[in-house]
Amino acid sequence: MANKLVNWFKQRFPIEKTYQENLTRYYLPKNFNFWYLLGSLALVMLGLQLFTGIFLSMYYTPTAKEAFASVEFIMRDVNYGWLIRYLHSTGASFFFIVIYLHMFRSLLYGSHKRPRELVWLLGMLLYLVLLAEAFMGYLLPWGQMSYWGAQVITSLFSAIPVIGPKLTLWMRGDYMVADATLHRFFALHIIAVPLIMIFLVRLHIKALHYVGANNPLGIDITINSKDNQTIPFHPYYTLKDLWGLAIFLLIFTLIVFFAPEFGGYFLEPTNFIPADPLQTPAHIAPIWYMTPFYAMLRAVPDKLWGVMTMAAAIAILFVLPWLDRSPVRSIRYRGWMSKMALFIFSLSFLGLGYLGLTEVTPWRTLLARVFTMGYFAFFLLMPFYTALEKSKPLPERIA
Amino acid sequence: MSTHKIDEQRRKFLVTATTVVGGVGVLAASLPFATSLLPSAKAEAAAAPVEVDLSHLQPGQMLTVEWQGKPVWIIYRTKAMIEGLHKHENELRDPESRVDQQPEYAHNEHRSINPDYLVLIGICTHLGCSPKYVPTVHELGSNWPGGFYCPCHGSTFDLAGRVFKGVPAPINLAVPPYTFLAEKRILIGTDWNPGQGTRDG
Repeated sequence: MANKLVNWFKQRFPIEKTYQENLTRYYLPKNFNFWYLLGSLALVMLGLQLFTGIFLSMYYTPTAKEAFASVEFIMRDVNYGWLIRYLHSTGASFFFIVIYLHMFRSLLYGSHKRPRELVWLLGMLLYLVLLAEAFMGYLLPWGQMSYWGAQVITSLFSAIPVIGPKLTLWMRGDYMVADATLHRFFALHIIAVPLIMIFLVRLHIKALHYVGANNPLGIDITINSKDNQTIPFHPYYTLKDLWGLAIFLLIFTLIVFFAPEFGGYFLEPTNFIPADPLQTPAHIAPIWYMTPFYAMLRAVPDKLWGVMTMAAAIAILFVLPWLDRSPVRSIRYRGWMSKMALFIFSLSFLGLGYLGLTEVTPWRTLLARVFTMGYFAFFLLMPFYTALEKSKPLPERIA
Repeated sequence: MSTHKIDEQRRKFLVTATTVVGGVGVLAASLPFATSLLPSAKAEAAAAPVEVDLSHLQPGQMLTVEWQGKPVWIIYRTKAMIEGLHKHENELRDPESRVDQQPEYAHNEHRSINPDYLVLIGICTHLGCSPKYVPTVHELGSNWPGGFYCPCHGSTFDLAGRVFKGVPAPINLAVPPYTFLAEKRILIGTDWNPGQGTRDG
């Protein structure tokens, strides 16, 4: 009976083919390490955000009058509401931790290089969309930081010459961030952007499976089961990913249970005060995963140039595959200049992230400018140092 | 049947014409959706003028009222504050208020109708935060003449809402349209005064 049912479906849908192409006959290099867990972890985080988000939307009210209270209602009165909400809010931060490490993996092993440029481009598009998704989600609790954060970010668009002020008005739907803004951000946050994300994730994975995965050595390998360089995704990497997921969930749930606000870094203290359109808090800072770009904005003492610097910092990520002229992919076989450049870049990015959280002092502004230059130098000088340096000889195959 | 010839030119014309007409249709159909995102009639109605009584305001004090959902400040400037306005003009980016951030009747050295009362939209021209009122001289350093300080990105303005040099805010704080209904009664949001029957305060 069961066999008959399976056969009925097999005749009408390519179950076996789909299963084989994506799992049992999707061959991957056998030398994957920790860094290759992050893609599947990102997928799990997306699933968790969608799942917890659906439950939150059952109790949340997207109006300026009731939004703040409805979040507190979820936290205090809904059964396990605190857990669902913390899984979502702490989950957002963990999603970004995973994504940043996932992106760093590409820089380490040159996964953005030919023939995987499109995988990288789709990934960067996903990163941009994720930033927008997180930004709109942050407005929903309607706390002071939600409100003034949204006010500042929507004001960024007013820096655009000629159409800027009108564009900002159009985005907000009112003369300030107001009820109309909250309501539309809710709609975009729970429907429009998640749909776009799911679509982009599908393209990202499809493109990856088409060109095949890179590996820590960054060498081209033959996809041939007899060559002993590859293993199928299932059962080998599904099992490895499950193991990685278990460790990840252990850390994640530990934070969710014992430090969900993470000392004010995952949920800022100021956001527990309801939004007041007439008064800006004494110190405002975005959530940690946006602070590197925020620090760049503050480092430039001019509105238009500041906004342009910030936009350029994200735009330049998209052209990375064409800036990298190294004959090898992996950092293991690159010269000292690439290694130093990646170190300076990482330091600059983390430094900017820290500075964006703190209040401005003249000394910190200077430091932020140095780090901003470090960030851009990594990309702008890349065509030169990757072409100039001497790379080490590549191995023939994965040992 | 075999003599059936494809007229490529005709086909190209038809494809182009269909694309153009279809494209125009899509654009026209998207217009209502794009326009729906602009402020609604209700939001525009809420932007109606507000009347404020100034009789309780003491010299040096600031009053914040809401207009268009924005904070609007009314500052009753002391004589010392008004006299101090011209002392730091070389430190300002736009001391003569050349950028159109005020109605014509407030385009003067004190940026107001009555020098005693300064009316400003309390939104930083950098990224929309609401600056703090820091009226006391030297409060923010030895050369601080009194004014406004934005907590978000450190922009500073003097007691006429004029922006200082070297801060991220590009232009002076905006002066909203307003008019005096009586000596101590002010209408914010319009400069049309029914009592006077003119359009300049």
